[in-house]
Amino acid sequence: MLYSVIGYYSLILGLCFGLIIIYFSVKNFQNYQLLDNKILSFTFLQFFFVVISFLCLILSFVLSDFSNETVFNNSHTTKPLFYKIAGTWGNHEGSLLLWLFVLTLFILIFLLRSKKQPTKYKILTLVFQQMIIIGFFVFLIKTSNPFNFLYPTPEEGLGLNPILQDPALAIHPPILYLGYVGTSIIFSSALAATSLNIINKSWASHIKKWVLISWIFLTLGILLGSIWAYYELGWGGFWFWDPVENVSLMPWLALTTLLHCILVLEKKLILTSWVIILSIATFTLSMCGTFLVRSGILNSVHTFANDPERGLFILIFLFCLIFLSLLIFFFFHKNNKNNFTSLFWLSKETSIIVNNWFMMYFLSVVLIGTVYPIFLDVLSSQKISVGPPFYHKLIIPFLIPFLLMMAVGPKLKWIKSNLKDKFYLIILLAISILLSFLIVKNFDTKFLLNTILISSSMYLFFITLRDFFIKIHNNISQNIAHFGFSLLILSILFNNLFSTEIIANLKVGETFQSENTKIVFESINQEKEKNYQSIIGNFSIHNSKGKIENMLPELRIYNQPNIVTSEADIKTTLMSDKFIVINLVQNQDYFNIRYQVKPFMIWIWLSVVLISFGGLMSFIKKEHEK
Amino acid sequence: MKNKFFPIFIIFVFISIFIIFYKGLQDTNFYTPETKVNNEIPSFSAELFYSNKIVNSSEIFELNKFYLLNIWSSWCMPCRQEHSLLMDLTKNKNIEVIGINYKDTKINAKNFLNELGNPYKKIIFDKDGTKAIEWGAYGVPESFLIYNNKVKKKYIGPLNNKIIKEIRFTVK
Repeated sequence: MLYSVIGYYSLILGLCFGLIIIYFSVKNFQNYQLLDNKILSFTFLQFFFVVISFLCLILSFVLSDFSNETVFNNSHTTKPLFYKIAGTWGNHEGSLLLWLFVLTLFILIFLLRSKKQPTKYKILTLVFQQMIIIGFFVFLIKTSNPFNFLYPTPEEGLGLNPILQDPALAIHPPILYLGYVGTSIIFSSALAATSLNIINKSWASHIKKWVLISWIFLTLGILLGSIWAYYELGWGGFWFWDPVENVSLMPWLALTTLLHCILVLEKKLILTSWVIILSIATFTLSMCGTFLVRSGILNSVHTFANDPERGLFILIFLFCLIFLSLLIFFFFHKNNKNNFTSLFWLSKETSIIVNNWFMMYFLSVVLIGTVYPIFLDVLSSQKISVGPPFYHKLIIPFLIPFLLMMAVGPKLKWIKSNLKDKFYLIILLAISILLSFLIVKNFDTKFLLNTILISSSMYLFFITLRDFFIKIHNNISQNIAHFGFSLLILSILFNNLFSTEIIANLKVGETFQSENTKIVFESINQEKEKNYQSIIGNFSIHNSKGKIENMLPELRIYNQPNIVTSEADIKTTLMSDKFIVINLVQNQDYFNIRYQVKPFMIWIWLSVVLISFGGLMSFIKKEHEK
Repeated sequence: MKNKFFPIFIIFVFISIFIIFYKGLQDTNFYTPETKVNNEIPSFSAELFYSNKIVNSSEIFELNKFYLLNIWSSWCMPCRQEHSLLMDLTKNKNIEVIGINYKDTKINAKNFLNELGNPYKKIIFDKDGTKAIEWGAYGVPESFLIYNNKVKKKYIGPLNNKIIKEIRFTVK
């Protein structure tokens, strides 16, 4: 009760500080020397009040204060403390407050870390950032206040959706938000730099850190979500092309492209339009994601609330930002006329540009696949849903030249390169084609495509692997990231090719026998936990070599809300995952068993970790340069 | 000249995107539950989910009996939510639940039913979604209460406890 009041008024104070900052900045823009310290302290105060408000919400959750509507809707007294805290951002209102928290935190860090930058640029960045912050303040207070009162106070809450009660998902939103919100800094800073016409090498070098840090968090955030889907949703897949996944992938693609453009800009004053447009696109795509997911315009796995008012607000806010940035871009940006004349066809920057175009292509495929159903619905009232085949057909063929370019590109020099000493490139290509031919030979499905795909990713794999041993002085962070990417594509391909699945209905004591696997349903146990009851099946799996393994998949029957979730039992080894999940068959003693062997599953996760580790290396290197 | 045209064009594109999103936002809430109520149910022939037999609608719906026709799909999350309510409803002997499996694959749908149970007496397999259109459905999930070959009530969106209570009361 008390905390709700404090939290609410802190929010309003935070909003006031946002307005004060904009007022002071605009009024004193010309004699800005006065402003430096004042603005920093105002920004700090704003951050402070958001922290207070956020802490109040967490406290309300911890104390199970059901007079707060958000707590009532999403918590329950029997929930473990960890999930009470995680429940704070497991809902629409709380997650927006988290978003605001990260926004204010990042602008504070930005001001502290860019002391050496021109003051005008700093102030302008702050103003743009405050516009976003104020927008979210108003959104939060007006349409999704996390501190609404309930009277009379209910005895018990409705509970957190059980499928969200999971450690990976508890940290997934904060990590992802760090990535999303990081892009807002890039957005504001790019707009500020464009207005002052200082898009140049030193700006690129300064903003690169922010691009890297948001990129790392976004990558890890997507990874966590994917891991969660893998073992919690019980479908045995890791990417479903669900709209929610797509909206996180789109900013990632734009951000990855931006990262490469920044790398070029650091060396050579080209691609300035690319950089500005991508900076704008990355943030607007993140916002667009929020709009699509939160407004209920698309139905998806985690649409939180279908409230048209919220959707309308984000939509108007989003388009205000888009038009503002377009205006700034068209008015202030002066393109160098001799931009592309200086490009030599065989150089690092040309290969980066080519792959940028591929990335833009992938981005537009995902974008179209995600929003096309909405457009069609509005224009012709037809309802369709776009599934994986669409994305696979349009993306996979173009991965081949993309991978090849990724392999060869880094081998070229900046500005101008030649083909001398590149003989090993051809040898490695031959080796990869041969190897993949041998691997795919035994499978008759899509023989040609698979061979080419695997060989091109193996090619990248070998080339980056070779670099680890040969050129130590070379750009190691880039090499790690590209190596990780080749590993990712390879493991996804092998995973798709070699997965096997058994589906059967079994009673306790029964045995299922297939060609080389025997599944014995040994017994079943029941246990009572704090907020759920669990049914654990005991299975032993005999494989053809006579090895026996015990697996214990679980069904959880949660008490509040009353939902059954199935927890898969997964045995992970370096070579493959064994995945077993059980489900109740209604009114019968049978259980539905799904047993899958998925090779190289762990390598998918590891390779993404490796990719972001590459980014981290680059970030650390950047930090030490100064 | 060309340089001036380009920004205007871009802004125009974004304005049209805005309008479409705006309309899309409204459409999601524009439900008109009155339509099709108290109308004769459409007559059609369709494939049954398990037996693959082609049947006529008159073979499915008998006179003087209550039916709840439920349009569902394994990919639809709200269907998952309402499913336990449908399972409960099967205990009521006065009403039969008939399913229309909407734009789904049989494997996914079977997994869905194996996981959550099968409340349906019969399931019509509507792979391309045309049967649902004949019913005037807006999307999934959607349910129709049918008596004497007439649509008595239409429920758009997932069922909830209140609706189930109402159905129970009607069929008593």
